[in-house]
Amino acid sequence: MNRILVSPSPHIHAKTSTSVLMRDVVIALLPSVIVSILYYGAAAIGLLAASVVSCILVEYLITRFMFKAPSTIGDWSSSVTGVLLFLNLPPSCPWWVAVIGAIFAIGVIKMTFGGLGQNLFNPAIAARVFLLVSFPTFMTNWAAPKGFLGVDAVSGATPLGIVKEGLAQGLTLPEIYAQHDFSYLQTLFINIGGSVGEISAIAILAGFVYLLARKVIRPYITLSILATVFVFSGIFWLVNPDQYTDPLFNLLTGGVLLGAVFMATDYVTSPMSDKGGVIFGVGIGLLTILIRYFGSYPEGMSFAILIMNSVVPLINKFCKQKKYGR
Amino acid sequence: MKTFSIGGVHPDDKKISAGSKIEVLPVPKTVYISMAQHLGGPAKAIVAPGDRVKTGQVIGEPTGFISAYVHSSVTGTVKSVGLRKDLAGIQVIHVEIETEPDEWAEGIDTSDTLVTEIPQDRQFIIDRIKNNGVVGLGGATFPTHVKLCPPPDKKAECLILNGAECEPYLTSDYRIMLEKTRQIVVGAALMKKVLGVSKAVIGIEENKPEAIKAMSAAVAELQKVSQDYSGIEVQTLKKKYPQGGEKQLIDAVMHRQVKSMGLPIDVGAVVQNVATSLAVYDAVQKNMPLISNTLTVTGDCLPADRQKNYLFRIGYPLSYIAGYNGGVPAEAVKIISGGPMMGKAVSNLDAATLKGSSSILYMTQEQTARKPESNCIRCGKCAEACPMGLEPFLLNKLARNGMMEDLEANAVQDCIECGCCLYSCPANIPLLDVIRVAKGEVIRAMRARTAPKK
Repeated sequence: MNRILVSPSPHIHAKTSTSVLMRDVVIALLPSVIVSILYYGAAAIGLLAASVVSCILVEYLITRFMFKAPSTIGDWSSSVTGVLLFLNLPPSCPWWVAVIGAIFAIGVIKMTFGGLGQNLFNPAIAARVFLLVSFPTFMTNWAAPKGFLGVDAVSGATPLGIVKEGLAQGLTLPEIYAQHDFSYLQTLFINIGGSVGEISAIAILAGFVYLLARKVIRPYITLSILATVFVFSGIFWLVNPDQYTDPLFNLLTGGVLLGAVFMATDYVTSPMSDKGGVIFGVGIGLLTILIRYFGSYPEGMSFAILIMNSVVPLINKFCKQKKYGR
Repeated sequence: MKTFSIGGVHPDDKKISAGSKIEVLPVPKTVYISMAQHLGGPAKAIVAPGDRVKTGQVIGEPTGFISAYVHSSVTGTVKSVGLRKDLAGIQVIHVEIETEPDEWAEGIDTSDTLVTEIPQDRQFIIDRIKNNGVVGLGGATFPTHVKLCPPPDKKAECLILNGAECEPYLTSDYRIMLEKTRQIVVGAALMKKVLGVSKAVIGIEENKPEAIKAMSAAVAELQKVSQDYSGIEVQTLKKKYPQGGEKQLIDAVMHRQVKSMGLPIDVGAVVQNVATSLAVYDAVQKNMPLISNTLTVTGDCLPADRQKNYLFRIGYPLSYIAGYNGGVPAEAVKIISGGPMMGKAVSNLDAATLKGSSSILYMTQEQTARKPESNCIRCGKCAEACPMGLEPFLLNKLARNGMMEDLEANAVQDCIECGCCLYSCPANIPLLDVIRVAKGEVIRAMRARTAPKK
């Protein structure tokens, strides 16, 4: 008889693996990627390539030559970071800014802590904030390159940027909306100005549904962010609709959807338990609205996620699931 | 539909052998009967080489309170009494017997007649169970008479019969529920009588509709015969592993949870496997000692006509059963005694079957080989899967850093070793391997602390 294997139980394994999960995230991001390429054209393809290739390359080089270990690019996590970084950049951003972002995301935020699973902050979000602070001109230039659809983009500013500027000039919201001809239909399907990934809410939601269907994520973090943004901004809006943007506007702009579906749900940098996830989500929602209404940055989502990332170990410590018989 | 409230996983059923009727295995030339077939002190062999033994005769006596009798499963001559490797390769005292045609010991009823009348003397039932060496056949092989006699300050309220058979592949419980249906129900009534409880629930998972139907019909039929069968009911359970775990089954059926380090009796529950119930029937109604059980031979790499459920007697070497079945398939790289989630990988195919043997399961390289471990991605799937509500990812880290106090504070001692964490880990981290070792150390430390100082 042949040699037989002896090992402790269990003897079978669910057909799941890190690479399958991460590949599912990439698949969930595809609708947003496709819409952005259609809308922003060749420039988007270049930016996507620069972002993804450099994320993978940086991880490969660090694992092979600094860790002197087998490469981990096969787990698809660096690809996820690459696509997310791309979706967080303005469409007109130069390709080398994406490369610097990739080096920061993978090289500094991810690999210095020991690679996948060890980082405190979401690499793509941290890189976006790093670039925003380092290259404010490129990162807030919302001029849209010509895409394959032949639609002329409204260039110049994001909806939230326009609002912030208008309010600073002493205008009321209805006056600002009237000047710029905003409509929700636009934000749902094709956005006006913003990061690449914010272009279509429908595309992001399609990814959300896919992630839920494949059981990659649970819905609590995303839903608690969206609910908090809606309710908290709703209270302000009801008090003074001339001064504070309405809840739906807040949901559909400034990367709230992209962040809530893809960035805040990152396994590594979000709480383990569902209860913790809800606290985390509520925190992100509150911080986002506070930054939008009272801070100097118009968007707020990236900062909110980063701040809440840093609280995750604490949340994990206090939010444990109920144990059997205890 | 009822199920347990925390965690759980859904592996494929793979009940390939479910359609195969139980076949009786012929007696081999030689059997090896282990003296350690139960939890607790091993039995002491009371025969010597050269002795002639009859089928059903006592050959091992219990040592201590938690121990059990062992009987000869065959008629023949004792060739040796000595150390022999069990299926894990550990040396245990076995009695080797060269077999002859069956000659049954005095007082055993070998007929097929169904005896439905329940003896009213509680002590008589307990003595029969004890003297016939009945132990729990759900996996732990805890002596049944001990479990049925809770301490006087504890009161049993409900008997739960475990027919969940939640492990993939295994079909022996299913087959006896179809073929020994009424005997199992009589066994339940006997245990109900001993415990003095008014309620007995037979829990069966939804993937066994025929067993549910047959058992329900048998209960209804016997309830017409006698008052002793009132209060027995069949409960359909949602399919989820580890439904058949004692603590999970109590949660599912009674909505009560056993406290950490506690026993089922603390919440008024006594859980017995359906196979144990059959053994209780044989012991009490037929005075038949526990010398045989049903075992599934299965695996994806085994041809359809070799998927079997066999009635074996204790002491048959596994290699004999495998050989009778047509040999170990060439693709098999692992042979498991028990289910794929909690069973033990066999390192010694010459080992003899025990009272609690339930299967010979063949697994291929592709099905069972572990993949290399990668970084924890903190997905929380292990915590989601853990039916005890523990955090395997945390216990793994604490264990690898030797943090004993933290391990205890995070309840490593509550782990039931069901394997759900390792099964669901996308990074292939050997969570249970690490946690199992840590659990042993923590429990030892806890015992040392409470033990009286010498």
